[in-house]
Amino acid sequence: MSDRSKWKDGMGLALPAMRRRDFLSLSAAGIAASIGFGARAQSGAAVPLPPKERKGQVVVGLSQEPKSFNPLMPGVEVDEVVWTSLFSCLWMAHPDGTLVPDLAVAVPSEENGGIAEGGLAWTVKLREGVVWHDGTPFTAEDVKYSLELIMSPGFKSRTRVGHELVRDIVVKGTHEISWRMERAFAPYLAQLANTQIVPKHILSKADDPNTAAFNGSPVGTGPFRWSERRPGDSITLVANERYHGEGPYLEGVVLKYIPDMTALYAQFRTGQVDFVPISGIPANYYEEATKLSGRKVAVAPSGNIEVIMPNLEHPAFAEKAVRQALYAAINKEAIVDALYYGVPKPTESYSPRESWAYNPNLPKHEYDLAKANRLLDEAGWKRGGRGIREKNGKRLEFDLSTTTGNALREQCQQLMMQDWQQIGVSIKINNMPGAVIWGDFYVRSQFQALLVGTAFRTGVDPDPAPRFASDAIPVKGGSGGNYMQWVNPEADKLMKEGQVTFNQEKRKEIYFKVQDIVREELPIMPLFQYAPLEGIKDGLIGYRPNINQRQNAWNLGSWYWAR
Amino acid sequence: MSGFLIRRLLQAIVLLFIVSMIGFAILHLAPGGPLSQFAASGDMTQADLDRLAAQLGLDRPLPVQYVEWLLRLLGGDWGVSYRDQQPVLKIIAAHIGPTMELMLSSTLLAMLLGAWIGILGAVKRYSLFDSLATIGAMIALSIPTFWFGLVIIYVFSVGLGWLPAGNRFTVGDGSFLNRLHHLVGPCIVLALVSTAVWSRYMRSSMLEVINQDYIRTARAKGLSERYILVRHALRNALLPMITITGLHVPTLLSGALVTETVFTWPGMGRLFLDSISYRDYPTVMGILMLSAVLVLLGSLIADVLYGIADPRIERSGQ
Repeated sequence: MSDRSKWKDGMGLALPAMRRRDFLSLSAAGIAASIGFGARAQSGAAVPLPPKERKGQVVVGLSQEPKSFNPLMPGVEVDEVVWTSLFSCLWMAHPDGTLVPDLAVAVPSEENGGIAEGGLAWTVKLREGVVWHDGTPFTAEDVKYSLELIMSPGFKSRTRVGHELVRDIVVKGTHEISWRMERAFAPYLAQLANTQIVPKHILSKADDPNTAAFNGSPVGTGPFRWSERRPGDSITLVANERYHGEGPYLEGVVLKYIPDMTALYAQFRTGQVDFVPISGIPANYYEEATKLSGRKVAVAPSGNIEVIMPNLEHPAFAEKAVRQALYAAINKEAIVDALYYGVPKPTESYSPRESWAYNPNLPKHEYDLAKANRLLDEAGWKRGGRGIREKNGKRLEFDLSTTTGNALREQCQQLMMQDWQQIGVSIKINNMPGAVIWGDFYVRSQFQALLVGTAFRTGVDPDPAPRFASDAIPVKGGSGGNYMQWVNPEADKLMKEGQVTFNQEKRKEIYFKVQDIVREELPIMPLFQYAPLEGIKDGLIGYRPNINQRQNAWNLGSWYWAR
Repeated sequence: MSGFLIRRLLQAIVLLFIVSMIGFAILHLAPGGPLSQFAASGDMTQADLDRLAAQLGLDRPLPVQYVEWLLRLLGGDWGVSYRDQQPVLKIIAAHIGPTMELMLSSTLLAMLLGAWIGILGAVKRYSLFDSLATIGAMIALSIPTFWFGLVIIYVFSVGLGWLPAGNRFTVGDGSFLNRLHHLVGPCIVLALVSTAVWSRYMRSSMLEVINQDYIRTARAKGLSERYILVRHALRNALLPMITITGLHVPTLLSGALVTETVFTWPGMGRLFLDSISYRDYPTVMGILMLSAVLVLLGSLIADVLYGIADPRIERSGQ
């Protein structure tokens, strides 16, 4: 136990030399803004300045191979490492949640007139002097082309959320573009912060953008240029000498694919790999890794939340009292501390703690079997045969499913099974391989209850409507990810308001209320927020975990070596 | 000979057809699909998933998908990887080099080492060397490749620091020596089983030959033992080995799968595992068909070569 409390000193952003007290005294944004936390952690020494000339390279170790290089097509986190290095968006989301202009001159808002008519008319002025990696100037035509490509019928675009509302795109000049929205949709700002702009002069010439040569040798406007790919092995990116933004300070970046997590950790240990993002260090190596000299381990926040997801159409979960009783009977602390090495933090919300929309005032979960029993008694669930509760001839029992082969989740299930047994609830473990679970079983709501880790956002915007709105239930004809089939008119109304309001303070108020409702109604039972362990070699400056991006190599352009 | 060839080729085509059908069915009937990763990430809406499924043709009945795939395949179009957005043939071409490098080098090693052990074992039958070779072969055949690979890494990479822990070469250094250095570990692991097999077959084949009359005649003529072994015995003893080598292709392929994973070798084996875990149907089917062709080709070549090497082999009954 003493070991664990020692670890917690380094929690949050894992500043090894930092006390928990010091850590708490800083705002999350302040910490996130401290470039190169490694240097800062050492008795407040100044962060070395970037070198005057480009120097050195960074080897990024990835346990999955990036394969999707057209940023408008489907891809996973590792692919985004390539996208954010090669391409630019109109603006990008920084760790504190602010949107910073990139290809645009300013982020449109109601104040600067970029968003008018209550969110229906958008105008964006673009930066001048930006060139594509092949030397062609970047213009408004590229933006128009990108937005149209996403919506063109045969194109395999990653997502159309928000884009589907765009109408009448008008190029008003080489560096100005405007469009209308079918209805006001505030999350579109964040969605555009994750929509890379692709070159019209290359892609429009391809017979089929889905299979264009571009997808194998992408050309962007980002800090790095595509150099070489060795399939199954590595991807090399080199500095873009004509980059319009800060940096790049490195000569290049090598993305090395090391499929085995233990091998990946070994190579980080021996120094063959400089940076391991995206949950690259297994939790069981955490303690050892923090003691490695010349290496830092960061507990980087992730937007994913581990939850029990009940199917509300199942009789056992239809009643709020039952969900509350089940929630009260989960020993969260034991799960986090005993199973997950105390690395992640328990949470009451579906929102990541670092989000500007996170509500810190939610009632704290208490592990209370007596309360759980009382709730079920009051709701009329009487103990029957073998101590299992019954009501109206139905037994309080259900299947709990998760991915097979995940030892931690399986142990978690066992803990819950024991606890729930004590309040007269019987569960059966029904685990399946990941590819089975996340197929129809999940998206067609065929499960009874799932143990799942997922995000409840619209891209990187805190809008949870795709997960909680009643028109987002696929089995009822909706379009979204409300697989638990939750229907709540009040939450529906609030989420609608959140989408048409562009004022962040007002939106914050709205999402606080939504979180209150979700915490009370428990359409999901939140367990903890994911805490991927990332590793960085000492002397590598620039690492800034960013909850508003989907991976923490988002700013590789401003990284450099201290020496 | 030509009649035999035509018969065998026709058989091979039928076999390939059956393999493709079974492979396609198993792959597509397994629950989940290429889109399940995106479903879990929660980044895409159901409408996005449905649209993608339609564009990939996954919403059509399985027999229709199969026929379409087969017709395209026959037309030389192996499809486009769902994950890589690249033509399957191009992807396979990029991965086949490292696998061939591994398979050829380990086969060569296994042949030389196995032949040497087998011949020596036969000549010095029941000697200490022979007994040790027999026990060694039994152990080698029983050791799981995966475990042996890890032992090699643990002892020679982590412990002694002699060999790299994986990869085909160091980032930024693609020199021949560097590559050779990286090849040692996986090559030994992959050659282990083959060496055992080769040495056993070589031993029994050699034993059979050296008890033949013509060897005794040669000995009676007073030729040196070394000359007899190399010139007379080895040539005939090597005949069955041709078949063994041809039939050994499947073992090599499956061994490469494991070895590549343990040694993070960027070849077809790993591509296959990756593609399966992603349900990248076109790539998996491409590799499956290519492996089937390789296996059939291996046995066909073995048969043909055998016939050429030893014309006494009867084929009419086949």
